[in-house]
Order: sequence, then C-alpha cells, then structure tokens
Amino acid sequence: MNYSYTIWIPLVPLLVFLFTGLAGSRFKPMISGLIGTTGLLVSFLLSLVTAWKFFFVSGLSGGAYSTIIAARTTWLQLTDYLKIDLGVMLDPISVMMLVVITTVSLMVHIYSLGYMKGERGFERFYSFLSLFTFSMLGLVVATNIFQMYIFWELVGVSSYLLIGFYYERPSAVAASKKAFIVTRFADLGFLIGILLLSFYTKTFDFAELTNPQSPVFTTITSTSFMGLSVITWAMLLIFMGGAGKSAMFPLHIWLPDAMEGPTPVSALIHAATMVVAGVYLVARMFPVYIAYTPGALTVIAWVGGFTSLFAAAIACTQFDIKRVLAYSTLSQIGYMMLALGVSGYEGEHGLGYMASMFHLFTHAMFKALLFLGAGSVIHAVHSNFMNEMGGLRKYLPVTHLTFLVACLAISGIPPFAGFFSKDEILVAAWQHNRLLFSMEYLVAGLTAFYMFRLYFGIFWNKTPHYHHTPHESPLTMTLPLVFLALGSAFTGFIPFGSFISADHRPFEPEMHLNIAIPSVLIALAGIFIAFILYRKENPVVARFINILGSFHKVVYNKFYIDEVYLFVTKRILFNLVSRPVAWFDRHIVDGTMNGIARVISFTSEKIKGLQSGQLQHYALAFVSGAIILVLIVLYNLS
Amino acid sequence: MIYGIPITHFLIVSTLMFFIGIYGFLTRRNLITMLMSIELILNSVNINFVVFNRYLYPDQLQGHFFALFIIAIAAAEASVAIALIINIYRRYTSIEVDNVNELKH
Repeated sequence: MNYSYTIWIPLVPLLVFLFTGLAGSRFKPMISGLIGTTGLLVSFLLSLVTAWKFFFVSGLSGGAYSTIIAARTTWLQLTDYLKIDLGVMLDPISVMMLVVITTVSLMVHIYSLGYMKGERGFERFYSFLSLFTFSMLGLVVATNIFQMYIFWELVGVSSYLLIGFYYERPSAVAASKKAFIVTRFADLGFLIGILLLSFYTKTFDFAELTNPQSPVFTTITSTSFMGLSVITWAMLLIFMGGAGKSAMFPLHIWLPDAMEGPTPVSALIHAATMVVAGVYLVARMFPVYIAYTPGALTVIAWVGGFTSLFAAAIACTQFDIKRVLAYSTLSQIGYMMLALGVSGYEGEHGLGYMASMFHLFTHAMFKALLFLGAGSVIHAVHSNFMNEMGGLRKYLPVTHLTFLVACLAISGIPPFAGFFSKDEILVAAWQHNRLLFSMEYLVAGLTAFYMFRLYFGIFWNKTPHYHHTPHESPLTMTLPLVFLALGSAFTGFIPFGSFISADHRPFEPEMHLNIAIPSVLIALAGIFIAFILYRKENPVVARFINILGSFHKVVYNKFYIDEVYLFVTKRILFNLVSRPVAWFDRHIVDGTMNGIARVISFTSEKIKGLQSGQLQHYALAFVSGAIILVLIVLYNLS
Repeated sequence: MIYGIPITHFLIVSTLMFFIGIYGFLTRRNLITMLMSIELILNSVNINFVVFNRYLYPDQLQGHFFALFIIAIAAAEASVAIALIINIYRRYTSIEVDNVNELKH
C-alpha cells in the first residue's frame, strides 16, 4: 500500500503559510482566508483517506496494526549511528491525531472567516493558523523523537504568535511571553531527557525506542544516578516537557492566560490540539514507560489526577467564560494523563491507553465546540464575563443548542461522546487505584456542575441590559458549531478499542454498568445543583460563598499559584541568581573585553603617527628593511 | 667572457645603477624623477639577468626572457604612473610627492 502522498498532509499548510505570509498583504484579506481554508480542506480530505486506508484497507496484519514509515529522509547525520531523520510515520495514534487535528483546524478555519472578519491582520492570522497546523501535523507524524522535538518547539512558537495576536494589548503580550517561557522551561527538561535517552540508546528512532524487546535499553537501565536508574530520569524529564505543553500542575499557569488570544485560537491550540501534545508524547513513549519505568507512570497518574481535581475546583469559581473553559481543559487533560498512568500494556490491560486516546478524540470535538460557542457568545455580547450575560437562548438559538450538546458531552451524560470515553477512564482507574478513582468521581461531578453553571449563567438566568440586541452569528460560524455538535453527539459510538490499543492489537472493552451508572448519577446531581443555583438568579449563591469564606477566596485566586511563581522568580531567583550573574557579566566578562579593546585603541593611538602619508618614508622603511634582511641572511649563512 | 670583460665589471655597473636608483627614489621630491629612478632600478636588474644568463648558462634563455618581460612591464608601469601623475597634477597643480599624503591615518 502506497502512503507516500501523506507527506502532503503537513506540507500543504506549510505552503499556504509561506504564500499567505509572504504575499497575503497584496490581496484582499478574505483571499488569504479562503486559501488557508482550501489548503486545510485538502489536508483534511487526505487525512480521512489515510485513516480509511490505514484502518480498513491495510487493516490488521497478524492481529495487529503495523507501523508504516510513509516517507523518510536523513536530515542531519551526526555520527555513524546517530542521525536525525525527517519523515512521516503512520500508526493508529498518529492517524487518529491527523484526523483530529485537520478536523478541528478546518472547523476553526471556517469559523474564523466569520469571527475574525474585518480584524486588522486577518491574513496574518490565517498564515499563523497554517503554520500551527503544519507544525502540529509534523509533530504527530514524527518518525523520531528529535523530529518531534523540532515540531514541538514550532507549535510553541505558533502558539506564542497567536496568543500575542492582539499585540497592541499589553495583557496579550504578557500572556504570550508567559506561555512561551513556561513551556520553554519545560522543554528544557524534554531536551535533556532526549539527550539522556539517545546518549545511552544511540538512537532517536521511535521504531527502536518503542520496541520493548529492543536491545538498545541495556546500558540505560543498568546505569543509575542519585538512586534512580537513568532511564527513569530520562522518562521523567520527557514527561516534564509533556507536562509543560499539556499544562499539568505545577506548569499549568500559562494556559488560563493564553485565553488572551482570539477565541478560535483557544479552540484550536489551547483546547483541542496543542495542549494534548503532552498526552500524545506520553502515549508515543508508552511502551518504554510501561516496560522500564512504572514508577514514572505512577507519577504521571498522580499528576494527572491531581491536576484534574485542582483545575475543576478553580473552574467552579471563575467568571470569565473562557477561563472556565481553560480550567476545564486542564481538568480533562488531567483525565487523559491519569488514564495513561493507570494503563497496562497488553489486551484488556491497555484499557487506560485506549481510553486516554478516546477521550483525547472526543474532548477535541466537544471542547472545540465549547470554545467556538463561547466565541459566538462573545461575538454577540462583546464581553467575556458571565455576569454581563444571561438569557441568551432567545437570541442565539443555534449557539445555545450546540453549547448544550457540548455541556452534556463533557459532563458524561449518555449517549453523548464524553460519556463513553470518560467511563472507560473511570474503569481503568478503578482497576488500578481506588483513591484516584474516587477523585475522578468527584471531578466528574464538579465538571457537570461548572459546565452547567456556565450554561445556565450564559443562556438562562437574568437578562441584563444589552447595549444592542445580541444576534445570532453568521453561517460561517454556526456551520462548524453544528458539525462539531454532531461530532460530540455521535463519536462516542466509534468502537475505539478495535482501532487503538497500547500494543496495536484490537480488543473489545466491556461496559461496566456498576461504574457507569453512579458516574452518570453524580453528573446529574452536579447538573441539578447548577440548575437550582443558576437557572434563575438565586441569593443562595452569595450566601454559600459567604459560608465558604476564605476557602472560596483561595480557590477564586487560583490557589495563589501565580503569586508563588512571582515570589520565587522575582524575589528569590532574580535577587540571588540573576543579579549576581548580571553583575558578573557586566563587570567581569564585559570588563575583560572592554579592557582589551581599550589597550588596543591606546596603543594604536600612539603608533598611528608612523603612518605619515609620505611615500618616501614608506620607501625608506621598505628599503632599509630589505637591506637588513639581506644582511641577516648573508651573515647567518656564512 | 665577452671580449675579455670579466663578469664583475657588469655587476659593478648594475649595482651602481641600482643604488643610484634607490637613492634617487628616496631623495627626489619630483614624481617624474622618482619614476626615472625606478626605471634605473629595473634596468640594473635587467643587466644582472642578462649577464648571469650569458656567463653562467650560455646555452639557455631564461634570463633573456625575464629581461624582456621586465621591459614590457616597465613600459606598462610607466604609462600607468604617468597617468596617475597627470591626475595628481590636475588636482594639486604640482607633482611634488610631499603633497600626496591624503591617505595617512
């Protein structure tokens, strides 16, 4: 089966980026938008064809899906055995990611035609979107961990560019810098992890790295450092990179601020695709984690579980609707990480892995839908704040219905998509660790509560006075909403277990009613509480907040994590490290350089009188020099 | 041996010419005279080439070739130098070398 055309899936967005980036300003802005959308449509169709061919035409060989290298070229030959390739690798998860990314990206492209219409820098927006899509596609099809790292940084850059899209706003600039620096810091860990891993295994290739029987791991597992084997260090550092990109606690601080970017960007990058890159990374390296470093996997499970609870608690208190969604994203990604952390490898034991990828898939649908719906609301009322909204169901019928579908999906109400994926995560957690499992039950209730708090707050509640009547968004915006709503409603029925599993062998996950029914009940309870409190304006809310008092304040201020970071960086790092280093640089390093320069300029000032400009002085010097040389040669030789 | 003249006679003449040329180049201020001194130097070298060729390797021709080359190059050099001198004269209305010191520090 020939898959070499798949190289065009990432390359088409790249070409679009180059074209709209270089020549976009010569045409009407809308032309760039249309070119971007068409280019992405091509990628989308190619991805669908690839998925169809991969799962149904090539299908199983020997009971498992095979890994296909569709294209590969050596980019840097470092040593005889260590080289960096660029290429396209197809396996179940990368094919699934291709579909997810191109679907959401296409929806966002179409949506932005309406949402961003008339904005300054429309064509810039589209070229950055294409750049992002290219980088993200390159990331998921990477054949080796170094290619992944390259594209990993590229998505970081495009995320930075898009968060700072409104660069006249100081808050957007600050948010983009924060996102870049925090993820960059995490990527340092990732890079060190890669270097450790490749130093001992002598390879970057996923084909060798993800084969647990591969002989490359013998030295790295037997070497140890500070009580842990080096491979544990390497895998933990690689997870640190993933945690930064996926905004896991304590590196989550950049994601809520990243909401300063335009809403379609939040939907694409900070909800559906880029932030799950960390989950994808862990899934990609999963065979290594499970075979050599189960300890690191436990860390991943706990970090994921804690983040999901922590973020869900914050989401209940926020008023900026995009921030609620941002914290909800954190919480859902926590679920995915947790599912990977509790997963086993073979057959039924790989349920967590499958559930994580399944949740990634459904989450991309409903979270993109939530963000786009929120964008539609913001477009209508020109505000981000829940308390300036209310009663919008009359004005925005399409947005209202699709938003409701997304809320039901994320809360895990059957038969919407989120129910199926979340249920499987809960089953996987149940089989592994009861404490994590009960935490996730709690989070399921919280999720339902804060989502419906948002829903009732926006679409029901008291109608405030609007300056002008809100109106439904144009067709370019509602069409993606409807498409994604269909996705959120029905993708749960995809039998994911027969496509994706840790060992590439399909299996049939069972339905566990004893876990599913209580989780649905908890979600319904959350919805019911939200219904009572927020369906109409209710004085109980204020009283309740009063009772909680300082606890509510701590949660509302996001547990003061940002302040802790500021304290650590500004007070401790800046004073104790940065300032001495800066002093050393300015006085010792620069001082040496300046001293050398000063000596040279002093000497040359003194001797420049020799250059009299008189031809005959030079001639005299030349002749006498020649004579001296002749004399030296004569008397030395004789 | 050419008509009984020993090689040293030729060499003495060429050495004298060479140092007269050097002396003229270093002391004269007039660019034309300096150019003439250079011609003296070149010609003294020519004499050396021809004489050594004739006396040491009478059946070879390299020395003569070199002499011919030097004559050709000296002609070219003289034409360039005179062109420069004419331009200098147009600019400074003199051909004293002391005036031409604009390129110093």
